[in-house]
Amino acid sequence: MSIRVLGSGLATSVQDLGRPGYYHLGIPISGAMDRYALRVANMLVGNSEDAAVLETVFLGPELEFTEDAVVAVTGAQLPPKVDGVQRETWTAFSVKSGQTLSFDFLQHGARAYIAVSGGIDVPLALGSRSTYTLGALGGLAGRNLQSGDELHTGISQGKVGNTRRSVPDKFKRLPDSPACLRVIPGLYWHRLQEQSGQRFFAETWKVATEADRIGYRFRGGSPLDFVEREQPFGAGSDPSNIVDSCYPYGSIQVPGGTEPIVLHRDAVSGGGYFMLGTVISTDMDYIGQLQPNMEVQFMPVDMETALSARRDRKAMLDEVRRLVS
Amino acid sequence: MATKIVYSPLPGIFYRRPAPDEPPYVRENDTCAEGDVIGLIEVMKSFHEVNSVVSGKVTKFLVENEATVIAGQPLVELEA
Repeated sequence: MSIRVLGSGLATSVQDLGRPGYYHLGIPISGAMDRYALRVANMLVGNSEDAAVLETVFLGPELEFTEDAVVAVTGAQLPPKVDGVQRETWTAFSVKSGQTLSFDFLQHGARAYIAVSGGIDVPLALGSRSTYTLGALGGLAGRNLQSGDELHTGISQGKVGNTRRSVPDKFKRLPDSPACLRVIPGLYWHRLQEQSGQRFFAETWKVATEADRIGYRFRGGSPLDFVEREQPFGAGSDPSNIVDSCYPYGSIQVPGGTEPIVLHRDAVSGGGYFMLGTVISTDMDYIGQLQPNMEVQFMPVDMETALSARRDRKAMLDEVRRLVS
Repeated sequence: MATKIVYSPLPGIFYRRPAPDEPPYVRENDTCAEGDVIGLIEVMKSFHEVNSVVSGKVTKFLVENEATVIAGQPLVELEA
């Protein structure tokens, strides 16, 4: 045992890079909402990049360490404190046995990643340590942390963390305001009237309070106008309904044509709502850092732009690797 | 007497009552004990209680019922 949970925060869970390969069976990919931040947190403490960490949202946990450890907090600007003394985010620091890690109020972003040297050691479930709470799978007993829980850490896979490790500001990735989410229009895009599709991208939307690991809902824009058709057999009567289909990660569904929902890591894998496109993978990390009421604009891009954004993000991670190792 | 502030621990929507048809948890000039619930924050489809940090008299609410708040925003002023 090496970490005792004194306070759980709002929804703190064990996450790694996720559980790909089972979505067609209805088991979502799960894993960190901001995978970039998870990778950098692990690098800073000397773990392999896919080690399990704690993902905490809005309100940090309170953790008592019963063994010495190196810790790094990345992602949201959620200032960590060791026995009440503030530490930097995106920087490795040491926590001694008997000390308590707690957090100040959230300043920017939404989700912080707490990496501990050695990684959080919970049993693998279908190849991943990520928690999928709806399915009670993975993580610590398939649920979020609770006060009184005890966490074990693994044996550090990498080099022992250097507690002076930090990353320069330009690598501390958080969304701008308004956040720009790039979208490849497609899937059931043809169901929309052209003007309605243009308006979707022109308007500014706001993050609703119904925003979690399953999906992020947005409001504030105009209802969509659909191309008229006779609804096919098996589709519901609402024009936003389709004959059931697979839902990709990042797809944007608009139930009733009013409030778009971007499906995220713990999403359902299929259903009967039309989707107007998919948020590009590089920008999915940003969604995990959006707070309720933040402004968002969706921007249409083509596949080439999406792939180039992915290459840029890979290059950025390579640079962090060089700086940190 | 010292002025104390209760801050919102979370971003979300602030509610002063447990349900729309029930009275507020506390009103201005009420006294409350440390740990008493003074309101709720709704976020991610769940409601999180906000507790008073001190025992004392509620002097002023700094945000309206159902206002959108950010983490660290002052909600209530108390005299302890």
